[in-house]
Amino acid sequence: MATHAAFMPGTEAKSHGVLWSWITTVDHKRIGILYGTSAFFFFLVGGVEALIMRLQLARPDSTLVGPQAYNELFTMHGTTMVFLAIMPLSASFFNYMIPLMIGARDVAFPRLNALSYWIFLAGALFLNASWLFGVAPDAGWFGYANLTSRQFSPTASIDFWVLGLQILGISSLMAGFNFIVTIINMRAPGMTLMRMPLFVWMSFVTQFLLVLAFPAITVGLILLMFDRFFGTLFYAPAGGGDPLLWQHLFWIFGHPEVYILILPAMGIVSEVLPTFARKPLFGAPVVIYSGIMIGFFGFGVWSHHMFSVGLGPVADSAFSIATMLIAVPTGVKIFNWIGTLWGGTVRFKTPLFFALGFIAMFTMGGLSGIMHASPPVDLQQTDTYFVVAHFHYVLFGGSIFGLFAGIYYWWPKITGRLLDERLGKWHFWLMMLGFNATFFPQHYLGLIGMPRRIYTYAPDLGWYFWNLVSTIGAFVIAVSILVFMVNVVRTQRSGPTAGDDPWDARTLEWSIPSPPPVYNFARVPTVHDRDPFWLQKHGDGHGGKPAGRPAPASAAEIKAIHMPPPSYWPILLGAAFLFMMSGALISIYQVVLGGLLTLYCMFRFALEYHRPPSGGGH
Amino acid sequence: MTSHAASHVEHDPNIGITGLDHRKMGMWAFLGSECMFFGSLIGTYLSYKGKSLSGPTPHEILNIPLTSVSAFVLLMSSVLMVLALAAVQRNDMKWAKVWLFSTAMFGAGFVGFQIFEFTHFVNLGLTLRTNLFGSTFFTLTGFHGAHVTGGVIWLLALWALALRGKLGPQDALKVELCGLYWHFVDIVWIAIFTLVYLIP
Repeated sequence: MATHAAFMPGTEAKSHGVLWSWITTVDHKRIGILYGTSAFFFFLVGGVEALIMRLQLARPDSTLVGPQAYNELFTMHGTTMVFLAIMPLSASFFNYMIPLMIGARDVAFPRLNALSYWIFLAGALFLNASWLFGVAPDAGWFGYANLTSRQFSPTASIDFWVLGLQILGISSLMAGFNFIVTIINMRAPGMTLMRMPLFVWMSFVTQFLLVLAFPAITVGLILLMFDRFFGTLFYAPAGGGDPLLWQHLFWIFGHPEVYILILPAMGIVSEVLPTFARKPLFGAPVVIYSGIMIGFFGFGVWSHHMFSVGLGPVADSAFSIATMLIAVPTGVKIFNWIGTLWGGTVRFKTPLFFALGFIAMFTMGGLSGIMHASPPVDLQQTDTYFVVAHFHYVLFGGSIFGLFAGIYYWWPKITGRLLDERLGKWHFWLMMLGFNATFFPQHYLGLIGMPRRIYTYAPDLGWYFWNLVSTIGAFVIAVSILVFMVNVVRTQRSGPTAGDDPWDARTLEWSIPSPPPVYNFARVPTVHDRDPFWLQKHGDGHGGKPAGRPAPASAAEIKAIHMPPPSYWPILLGAAFLFMMSGALISIYQVVLGGLLTLYCMFRFALEYHRPPSGGGH
Repeated sequence: MTSHAASHVEHDPNIGITGLDHRKMGMWAFLGSECMFFGSLIGTYLSYKGKSLSGPTPHEILNIPLTSVSAFVLLMSSVLMVLALAAVQRNDMKWAKVWLFSTAMFGAGFVGFQIFEFTHFVNLGLTLRTNLFGSTFFTLTGFHGAHVTGGVIWLLALWALALRGKLGPQDALKVELCGLYWHFVDIVWIAIFTLVYLIP
């Protein structure tokens, strides 16, 4: 499945053009860029959905959108931001950075990696196609049964949602298998598990969460699909079914999903802080153990999303205690990050601003999280704007700030050009201001009784002022994102080039050119420390001499590097699969035909290198 | 890719730093995920056990002797799978073809039993829509049957490669991956057979 024929950079572009080279690419860096740009596009889509909602709520009795459109907007906003923005933005960093940080030339299964991306794109387009047919999903991002039954949702809206999420789940599962194997099996010589960079570690935990949590929602969605298409009784109370089954299956997935969204950002912050404080991550092994513990406990707290169901005092107590316990490793990490800055030679660059923003905002989200870990408190807060404020503090204040730290940090590595610091800081301060103006008042709105998911409110409820503030804040966030886009466009045209190592950083990806050559490492490095590149440049800080940079590879060595050739089977397999899945909404014949095409593409994919033309033995 | 650029020793690019093959490790990760998949389906079955509002109920309708025979057929196919892999590894392609084909046929036999069972139940008035037992039973055993069917297609593909002389000892790992999957599907059936059929 890996390297069989010699393939050198640029050869494919000469023969077939640039577009073809991107369509058939199996290079983890290009796939990372594809993930990143697609995710940013859907981040904008989800953002526009949010802005329309905020405009609607800016004043009482507003008629900008009706209740049905509002339901569609909040459903698609949540689904888009979780599955089409934050997850693929994280995946973009997994793809681009993990092989570079562990000293590998690609992932373990390059074509499977391309397939993951194309199936992700298929799912994203499928889900959003519902807008074109005027039947966008409208049952909320966690689609509670039996609102989603055929009886209460007779149109195809929920079908788009169910099938779209199944497609996206398959993409995530394949990526999960790929990165588990890549991280275990493709580390450079000497890189023991405990020498792996923190971002790789947090991503590693995330892959296990993906692989073990997605089957639960897959089953939940299959049962829902069967209820809707075949008339089974899984969530139908009239037939003895229990809508709570959906809640359990959804949240057994849904809570680990929260950590799938936050752990990669925690990993990014754990890379950015040591670089800009110019000292190693404080207590790095403890941060690693904490990440593992968060992943482990993440599977034992799902019912805290269901306190208002009335599961009984024993279940409530157990899940409440587990939820409070999970705050411990999270708190440990926060202290480790602060400890990293303490006594460091701190350089206040944009990535560090976002990392610090992450720590502050995520801590606030964590604190309100501990509040509703307590069932009696949760009963007051559930389904109010307090909860909306809470999860935006962890997912926007946490994940998005962390991901922007990663974008500013690794941008020069990926593009070879630095982003502008002045615009970067404008972006940061506008986003910080806009974010807090948007979401902090929502704590208060929730506590004075404003429920989530209402499309308007009466003027005499006293909610007008803070809703207006929240809407203004949302537009400030939008301006900050515009500043970021201006920054990208301007610096790509005429920005200063970055060089290999603009931040005087610590890990392997900075030891190679920016942007990296297609083979990444001319010579596979040997690793002796968690900060191998720092060791080469500056020594261990205890009087040990710098190890020095290894001699550059000769032209003959570089010529001998074998890289996997491009393949068009990933995109064809993805297209066949999309054709099959969309058949569920059109005709059984399309499902059968699509299934046969998918099977055919699977065989061609599997046998592409079964007997390599070069006559190699594997 | 992991091979050193300057190395002249031919190095299998699928073997990683742990000495394990990427594909085998990926297969184990996939099977771990499958455990959660069948765990969720079995959990659903058990949580709805005895909650049907109307009949037929499991032990009015389940035929344990017949299913014991089909379970035996499936378990024996695992033995044949072991023989197939051993034959491929020692480059005995004549017997490899025999064992691969008979593994697939035993698997197909199991699926045949299942089709007969499903048809019989439908004739007795139990469908996906009849009651919770029907919904959970057909979904759980149906997904298992679909996994067996996928395995049969995989085995037949390997058999077809062998017939065309395109399978040899250097492909033993590909047969082993299919074997891992096949044994996993068997083990899942042991769990389903015990929990659904044997325990009253």
